[in-house]
Amino acid sequence: MKVAAPEHWTLLEVLRYKLGLVGSKQGCDKGDCGACTVLADGEPVLACLTLAALCEGREITTIEGLMPAWRASEEGAADPVQEAFDRCGALQCGFCQPGMMLSARALLNANRKPSRAEIRQALSGNLCRCTGYTQIVQAVELCIAEAVGAEPASPAWAPGENPWREEAKD
Amino acid sequence: MAARDVHGVEPPWDDGFQVVGRAQRKIDGVAKATGQAIYADDVQLPGMLHAKTLRSPHAHARIRSIDVSKAEALPGVHAVITGKDMPIKYGVIPWTPDENALAVDRVRFIGDEVAAVAAVDEDTANAALRLIEVDYELLHAFLDPHESLARGEPAIHPTPPGKKPKGNISKHVHLSFGEVDAQLADADAVVEDDYFFHGTTHTAIEPHCAVAQHSADGVLTLWSSTQITHYVQRALARVLEYPESQIRVIQPCLGGAFGGKSDPFALEFCVAKLAMKTGRPVKMLWTREEVFYAHRGRHPMYMHYRTGAKKDGSITAVDAKIVIDGGAYSSFGLVTTYYAGQLLTGPYDFPSYRFDSTRVFTNKPPCGPKRGHGSVQPRFAFEVQLDQVAEELGLDPIEIRRKNFQGEYTRTVNGQRVTSNGFLQCLDAVEKASDWKTRRGKLPYGRGLGVAGSMYISGTNYPVYPNEMPQAGIQLKADRSGLVTVFTGGNDIGQGSNSVARTIVAEELGLDPLDVRVVAADTDLCPVDLGAYSSRVTFMVGNATIDACRKLRALVVDAVAAKWEIAPARVHMGLGEVFDRDDRARRMSTREAFHLAEAKHDTLGATGSYNTPTLGGDYRGGTIGASPAYSFTAHVVEATVDDETGRITVENCWIAHDCGRALNPMLVAGQMEGSAYMGIAEALLEEHGVNRFGLHAGPSLLDYRIPTSVDTPELHALIVESLDPEGPYGAKEAGEGPLHPSIPAISNAVFDAVGIRLTHLPFTPGKVLRALREKRGAERSPGGKPAATHVAKGQD
Repeated sequence: MKVAAPEHWTLLEVLRYKLGLVGSKQGCDKGDCGACTVLADGEPVLACLTLAALCEGREITTIEGLMPAWRASEEGAADPVQEAFDRCGALQCGFCQPGMMLSARALLNANRKPSRAEIRQALSGNLCRCTGYTQIVQAVELCIAEAVGAEPASPAWAPGENPWREEAKD
Repeated sequence: MAARDVHGVEPPWDDGFQVVGRAQRKIDGVAKATGQAIYADDVQLPGMLHAKTLRSPHAHARIRSIDVSKAEALPGVHAVITGKDMPIKYGVIPWTPDENALAVDRVRFIGDEVAAVAAVDEDTANAALRLIEVDYELLHAFLDPHESLARGEPAIHPTPPGKKPKGNISKHVHLSFGEVDAQLADADAVVEDDYFFHGTTHTAIEPHCAVAQHSADGVLTLWSSTQITHYVQRALARVLEYPESQIRVIQPCLGGAFGGKSDPFALEFCVAKLAMKTGRPVKMLWTREEVFYAHRGRHPMYMHYRTGAKKDGSITAVDAKIVIDGGAYSSFGLVTTYYAGQLLTGPYDFPSYRFDSTRVFTNKPPCGPKRGHGSVQPRFAFEVQLDQVAEELGLDPIEIRRKNFQGEYTRTVNGQRVTSNGFLQCLDAVEKASDWKTRRGKLPYGRGLGVAGSMYISGTNYPVYPNEMPQAGIQLKADRSGLVTVFTGGNDIGQGSNSVARTIVAEELGLDPLDVRVVAADTDLCPVDLGAYSSRVTFMVGNATIDACRKLRALVVDAVAAKWEIAPARVHMGLGEVFDRDDRARRMSTREAFHLAEAKHDTLGATGSYNTPTLGGDYRGGTIGASPAYSFTAHVVEATVDDETGRITVENCWIAHDCGRALNPMLVAGQMEGSAYMGIAEALLEEHGVNRFGLHAGPSLLDYRIPTSVDTPELHALIVESLDPEGPYGAKEAGEGPLHPSIPAISNAVFDAVGIRLTHLPFTPGKVLRALREKRGAERSPGGKPAATHVAKGQD
């Protein structure tokens, strides 16, 4: 894809203002919050600190880029990361989550079964103010459990029946 | 309160709850997961201009003159406005209108708004700001609230002619209940101490943003990241002197708020005025730095508490004196000053109670409501003091809390009605989950457990501007397709209020939740709701939704009963069908039932409302803090203290919260975890302060240090359900209460870990090391115990 933009524009500006890809969010515009995280050749980068001109020839994946997977998959299912974030309640205000989900996607692409500490580490560049990260970590762990066919862990708030298993049965 | 306001705790149909009580996905989950949700900054309109704000570089100054001619002459600039364009003052509380959208003759903190420019793009607007010349006459800047209190001149808000001068006092409240002095004199132990709560701010990840359009037919439309559309509409009408009926306010998807988007803000007035002036749509997006200046966050409070108790631990008296640093404007400060005292009278029984709270103006970013408005600070002080009382009397901290439990269906010392109260179950839950009995006081040096409790309101009787109309309104439209659309003025700020509305409609009308859509927070389309604050939405919007559903349901049931020639009581709705309870083979789809009902009763819809019962003490301010139901919380925190570095680490936080019935336990847990996270962050990391010039100490997310996923401990949400007789199916609030105990529970855990009492926030390594040094010094001294903090009877 070719796009013309002033040379000082960041990747985030080009995505949001030239291409209409507003799924990538601006929370601070200085690399603190991670809401603008996109994947460049599969690696998470901060679009607000990346000059658009430096992305020539690179493959950029935004949250909208996970959408075709949602539509194209045979079962009509989403990217497992998007699906799990929705199922686990990880999307409260949702503003940090496009960046968060791309960081999670990059982690799972690189490591099929990360530990909880590795998940927390991989997401530490994405600030979330709503969830206390608990349901986000649960969402990533649900992705992992389903990918390897393991029983997903039940959250503390559901001492009886495991709500994740219940939905899987439906 | 009318019959329409109370609907009982039972499921609407004989088969039990079908939707309520289960982990339901959020109504906007897919939109948010795919990046399709539209937030204010995603709104793009043809011909849209971009606006920026010139802010004061001085903490306190008089404006002698402003020259905007060079800025106006810059190519690409469409309009420049100053305070003269909007001189009418406003304030979210109608009794204290002391704000101007742009400063008229005085600036009161570094960052106060002075002028705004609309231009073809942000770069041009920023360049124009640098061309505006402002001549300031500097005034003495008050940065210490005690100085403001002692010295009324120069007044930050000069008293209007003919009114009694108040100096720099924003609000003073003194209330006394019972025989405080006599009870203190008669107590077996009296603990007296000072506590300090620093300033903290919300830092929703979405910065404030507003877009305005003034159409040729005169309608002014504002898309804004607000959590209270209704008040913004009213404030715009007042300041712009424009008919309220010609103003439409829309809240798009909102990227978090936590109280930080509940005042009307300068940017909303500025984009509206600039759109009216230019005839073009105008957007203003604040930078992260500007969001820190706008603030409206947690008030710093200097608190002195005395608590008297009997030998068995029962509290006899509480006496509080509180100085509140309000910053430059009133905001919700009148309410804050009351809340600082009024919301402490549970879950414990106080036979006598007195508080004296004074909010003063300073030349700092204005404080306002942050999650747990006005009550998080006194709760911190009191829950630490209660642990000190337990220590003095040799009691277990959980036991002293049980001992003082106020009970359910009772009245507090300040006249508030308490209904359901699950506090004891909360204590039981955290005691068990943390293995308190075998671990507290027995863990190795450096590791400890601490407990704290709290209560919070589920909305308030006080509707900000006095009126007799409902606090919440709902409209339902039943479509021939089988779809039901809910129109609500309620603001979904990420907490999931639209999802709650859908859950209730699906339950009441027996629908698949996917056949319920919600249109919210658009003043043209939706009935008035007072917005997302004071944890009122589930309780009030929920009840209004049930009210509307029952009216709509009666029409459908009537039409089906007539068709089947059976009694209406036999007609049931569930899972997308309508059936005969006594002959379940007889059924039809809800869609067909809607057709029958529309044919019989005309276009299908219903309205519903909720208003609070008459509540509160019979004295001035007695309704502030009165709520139709209170939530209750207990936390146990497990913390470690490194005595070489002074660093505190929270390892675990068990959160037990009585939310009444959990309509969607997954969303309730999300609120509990998010609350506890925010409290822990305030205790250990965050500080919203200014330097000696009044300049913000670090207006960025990096400097302000909000916690990352590696800084956040394991949070365990334990839901307690004490069904409330007036809540929707028994539900109460969950979004603010569970923040409160996190902070004192950390202090109390640190005491268990290393024997020091942290009474001044934030709990920095420096404070921990100092306290440890003092403790060692005291242990070496002949008396063996630090002096002054614990005053036993007779030594006063």
